[in-house]
Amino acid sequence: MQTTGFGGILGLAFMKTQQSLPFGAGIFAVALFQTAASVAWAQNVDFSGAWTPLYHEDGPERLPGPELGDYTGIPVTEAARLRADSYDADRISVVTEYQCRQHSADYSMRGLATLRVDSEVDPPTQRLLAFHTRIGFQAMERTIWLDGRAHPPPEAAHSWQGFSTGVWNGNVLTITTTHLKAYYLRRNGIPSTPNRTLTEHWMRHGDFLTVVTIIDDPAMLTEPLVRSQSWVLDPGQQMGPTECEPATELPGAAQLVPHHLPGTNPWLHLFADEYGLPYAATRGGAETLYPEYRSVMGQPAKPPPAQCDVYCICSTLFDCNRVPGTNLLGGRIPGVPVGGPARAVAPPAATAPPRPAAQ
Amino acid sequence: MNLGSRFGSLFCIAAIAAAIVAPNAEAQGRRSTAPAPAANPPAEAVRLLKVRPNIYMLSAGGTNVTVQTGKHGVLLVDAPLPSAAAATFAAIATLTPAPIRYVINTSATRDHIAGNEAVAALGRTSGAGPTLNGAGNTVLLGSAQGMTILAHENVLNELTRATGAAAVSRDVLPTTEYFEPTRDFSFNGEPVIVQHMPNAHSDGDSIVLFRGSDVISAGDVFTPDRYPLIDRAHGGSVQGVIAALNAILAMTVPEAFAEGGTKVIPGHGRLCEETDVAEYRDMVYIVTDRVRDLIAKGKTLVEVQAARPTLDYDDEYRSAAVTPAMFVEAVYASLVADKVTKDH
Repeated sequence: MQTTGFGGILGLAFMKTQQSLPFGAGIFAVALFQTAASVAWAQNVDFSGAWTPLYHEDGPERLPGPELGDYTGIPVTEAARLRADSYDADRISVVTEYQCRQHSADYSMRGLATLRVDSEVDPPTQRLLAFHTRIGFQAMERTIWLDGRAHPPPEAAHSWQGFSTGVWNGNVLTITTTHLKAYYLRRNGIPSTPNRTLTEHWMRHGDFLTVVTIIDDPAMLTEPLVRSQSWVLDPGQQMGPTECEPATELPGAAQLVPHHLPGTNPWLHLFADEYGLPYAATRGGAETLYPEYRSVMGQPAKPPPAQCDVYCICSTLFDCNRVPGTNLLGGRIPGVPVGGPARAVAPPAATAPPRPAAQ
Repeated sequence: MNLGSRFGSLFCIAAIAAAIVAPNAEAQGRRSTAPAPAANPPAEAVRLLKVRPNIYMLSAGGTNVTVQTGKHGVLLVDAPLPSAAAATFAAIATLTPAPIRYVINTSATRDHIAGNEAVAALGRTSGAGPTLNGAGNTVLLGSAQGMTILAHENVLNELTRATGAAAVSRDVLPTTEYFEPTRDFSFNGEPVIVQHMPNAHSDGDSIVLFRGSDVISAGDVFTPDRYPLIDRAHGGSVQGVIAALNAILAMTVPEAFAEGGTKVIPGHGRLCEETDVAEYRDMVYIVTDRVRDLIAKGKTLVEVQAARPTLDYDDEYRSAAVTPAMFVEAVYASLVADKVTKDH
């Protein structure tokens, strides 16, 4: 149980005091009241504070970004696969309407920006009414209502952050978000529709926040897409303002929607070729998500690279200059020979395919 | 006027209106002129969504009506479905006691125009303008029915051509027609700009901009819950739909981060904003590009439909009103017709 804040401490202290008090009716009534209050508070974990995302999960996808044609790990439908194949990242820069868009709430939890959570309480009762979240990129602000209100009707407008309500399951806050705008599930163009529902489970373990996201989007996913992300408390964090103003980048852009016609996207095999994977294994789908798929996938055409040498981000977490065979802390990786200088960080310019614009 | 006591007669009127106005097109490229089948259609539930302080979106049976209220009365963009007319008027009465004084029909499609009769009937017994609560409106506006019905002249032409069972009562014709690219006027203290969208869903499409409220009522050129209904037999074309969507995009301005700002009320589907229109435009554009490519490869309509150029959008936009095959057929026909025109 995570019990934080003055109210929680007071509640626990009072409960302990009651054990030594005479058993009188009035006192019993007070004890009942206070116990109930403390129990109610105990169901609530205080998520307020400033948080910094950790990238030990799916780091390459979330930081440098997914590789083109990499649909692994996503239970895509045939429709989603075709739309992703048709996707051209120029679309989010040429089409000015998209230039300044926020991440949608489901994608923003995967993103690169810091998170701040503020709590809102009802002054007379001190009951928690809502959490207000802000993620730095494009000023993504969301309210998670905890007061039992209903979601808007289906004909109501959608937004990037959608409409979120939360309920407590013990110490887990379960959030349901609807009314999201169409976006993508992965930055290389795997789409999501405005009909999807996002379910989140927020869990706090000391200074760590774990958020499990579950996306239901039957048009694009054959089964729910389940992912998790972690954050660490960062009290010193400061979040600056964000502004964005769209600008036309090409003459005649207002009449242009960049996309690839079916069968013409030249980049779809890059990922499979780079890692020697069977092409079918890179195409996603529920059947590729589970370990059993290895038995039917076929053998890689070549061993995986000793270290990341394409689409890498050279930070502490992904140290491109690290000696092969060593871990992030410089220690040896069991069973892997150590030695040799690190390979070049960037691929030759001539072979580097265009990247989707980071968004 | 006792609204409640009039609901029965309204249903009769609505049924008559349904019978005399062409029913919803069941296929791309033709607007059926057969009488509506339901003599007493079941009443539709009406949902009221506040868009701005004086603008509402009324939804019933998947069809939207825009309601603007104010000191001059009530302005509707499109009339309610006959089966939803009584409930619609009851809902409007909760907003204002003012009479309905203006109706703008965005096209001649039945689900947006069949309710004209029911609206007009509101005013008949009082001998004055349509009124919802007997508040004593005494101003006669426009045509004989006591209110103004505005539409592009092609809508009027279409309705006056109808004969027999499909003939339309003179009382419900949009006799305040316009032929210029744009018609504007002031109502309830804000500019209302009606803009013709040539050869889009049909040849008579209008979109309506409430300039003060920053709301666009788009009619059937934008239907985010379904593929566009392209009425080829009445001048509709996919090129016109794309042009109309681009025109809407040119008029919309988000507040910040591609969100908020201009609201767009579609003919069918949820309340939208600029990026929702952009997503829809992209879908129509991409499907059109795919069909164009297949035509260039010599594919017939049947072959194009078999190639399923809408596969990745079907689960999002498929509807009984516009199936993928119907949409592809309309796109194909639009492109072939365009090619024939250019070749000659």
